Amino acid sequence: MQKTEQVQYNRAGQRVVSPDYLLFEAPREKQFMTGSEVVKEAVKRASVDASVSYPITPQSEAAHLIGELWVEGYVGVYFRGESEFGVMSEVAGCSMAGARTITTTSGPGTLRAMENFPMWAGSRLPIQLVLMARGVNAPLTIQPDNLEISFLLDTGCMIWHAETAQELFDMILAGFVVAEQPDVHVPIITAIDGFFISHTREAVMLPPDDIALPPYNPYKSPMVPLDMEMAPGRFLRDPYVMKSNYISYAAHTSWQFEVRAAIERSRPYAKHYLRGLIEEFGDPEADIVFVASGTAAAQAKEATLMLLHDEGIKARVVRIKTIRPFPTQELIEALRGAKYVFVPEFNVIGWLEREVRRALYGNLDVPVIGSPRVAGGMTMPPEFIVKEILQFLGKEVKHVV
Amino acid sequence: MAKLGPAGYSPYPVAMYEGVLTPPPGKALLFNEIVDEEIAMREAAKAMLTRENPTIFPGPQVLYAWNEEAKEKAKLVRKIAETLGAKIIPMYDYRPKYPKIDPEKEINPNHPNLTIWHNNIKACIFVGVHCHYANVALKIIRAETDCFTIALCGNSGHEDAMITLRDQHTEELEKFIRVAEEVKRELGK
Repeated sequence: MQKTEQVQYNRAGQRVVSPDYLLFEAPREKQFMTGSEVVKEAVKRASVDASVSYPITPQSEAAHLIGELWVEGYVGVYFRGESEFGVMSEVAGCSMAGARTITTTSGPGTLRAMENFPMWAGSRLPIQLVLMARGVNAPLTIQPDNLEISFLLDTGCMIWHAETAQELFDMILAGFVVAEQPDVHVPIITAIDGFFISHTREAVMLPPDDIALPPYNPYKSPMVPLDMEMAPGRFLRDPYVMKSNYISYAAHTSWQFEVRAAIERSRPYAKHYLRGLIEEFGDPEADIVFVASGTAAAQAKEATLMLLHDEGIKARVVRIKTIRPFPTQELIEALRGAKYVFVPEFNVIGWLEREVRRALYGNLDVPVIGSPRVAGGMTMPPEFIVKEILQFLGKEVKHVV
Repeated sequence: MAKLGPAGYSPYPVAMYEGVLTPPPGKALLFNEIVDEEIAMREAAKAMLTRENPTIFPGPQVLYAWNEEAKEKAKLVRKIAETLGAKIIPMYDYRPKYPKIDPEKEINPNHPNLTIWHNNIKACIFVGVHCHYANVALKIIRAETDCFTIALCGNSGHEDAMITLRDQHTEELEKFIRVAEEVKRELGK
């Protein structure tokens, strides 16, 4: 007997396909797009129920393009919040009500909304935040800088850092799939370096727009919707959780550990949908290694090629895709045999260097050099990285700036 | 799950941080070992049949008639209780309780230790409890009690339970009843 396959459509009339088909098997066509436009394309294929926006450079265009999708019928609910704090609270409400929810923000907006991120995580809401990082200091800057990612590291959210617009597209789709797994079910922050990715145009390969992810099933939530009847959740009104100094400690401790355990449970899913938690680039035998994420990794890759072609120096790059969960074991394995580890970054504090040092401590004895490091809108040309390496190695710096 | 409690508070018992992952599909977890489902079922039945005051904690997913499967599972949970000679103390929802929790009549996920202490429970089964609350409660139980915890989970299992059985639907619960009856006969009970 011939087997009949039931074809499912989402609210926009797109054919529902499996995440594996959408991400790995569907035919793709080349487009030339900015990161902001790519956000629109990903959301278009993600069966999104709700999005709330608030303008702040450099994410404003992505937020406005999601609004266009609402006009076109691809997004169920879309409105502008009163502020970033309002936005992050409102998306929490949407998610508690069982909606697949996405929003975007940048820099000071992230900090303004800060209280909400641990609340999302503690409420086990699989909200997606596309973070287009920019400076957060005074005097005010709207320039590229990813310091704000460091403030999010311990909020209980997963954090992925995309290198390119292509990767941002794939991460947005994979992000929903991983975040909504019943044993994970915590927020996902898909970060990029603002301007470098959001405002520059590059070639991206996109699947057809008449197919989309399966809709979110809130009944698979590890925290039942009935618990979310009263914002910010009935569980917060339990006197034995909120008030008692004698018996509430265990609930709070266990709850916080459970949120972090949930991030750990995302590893196998992320490994599958991102094709690994790290990417290795360059000569595997090279003993000079750059560990980097986002745009810094792209620049390090170019520097690796320049070092080889111009100076005959072998180097390689270990690119970190997931900051939370941090790929500790993968990093240790990838750095075996390394003589020097350089961590180039787009921020003043070197949060990735801290993460790398923590992962290697007691596991691998290799010098970690937190350099080069730029911030506040400075760019990091590959020549600059090459210069740092040559100076460190005591070699003559000839043609580089 | 690495060991039976009470594990104390520092470091707080979290199986994931001890390197224990949920079992792959088709397998089960017995302490920190991945085993065949039937082996885990036998050990679970043995724990429930030999330890004091065995109790089943059914959650909302089997207490309310959400769908046909929930109704079927509820009947099977009752049959499991009869087979194992276990008490049933429900976790019927997760709402705040006023003016106080009655630990003899219900178990609260944020304070499961109260029910276990009060009823002196040495083995228990979590079934139909939403994953977050099962995970929160199982950690607290291991921190504060010596109760042997078993999870019959409809999703991917709970690494903080001493035995976790994943993807447990009606067919699997029926199999558990058969295994429990067999173990009961072997123990001469």
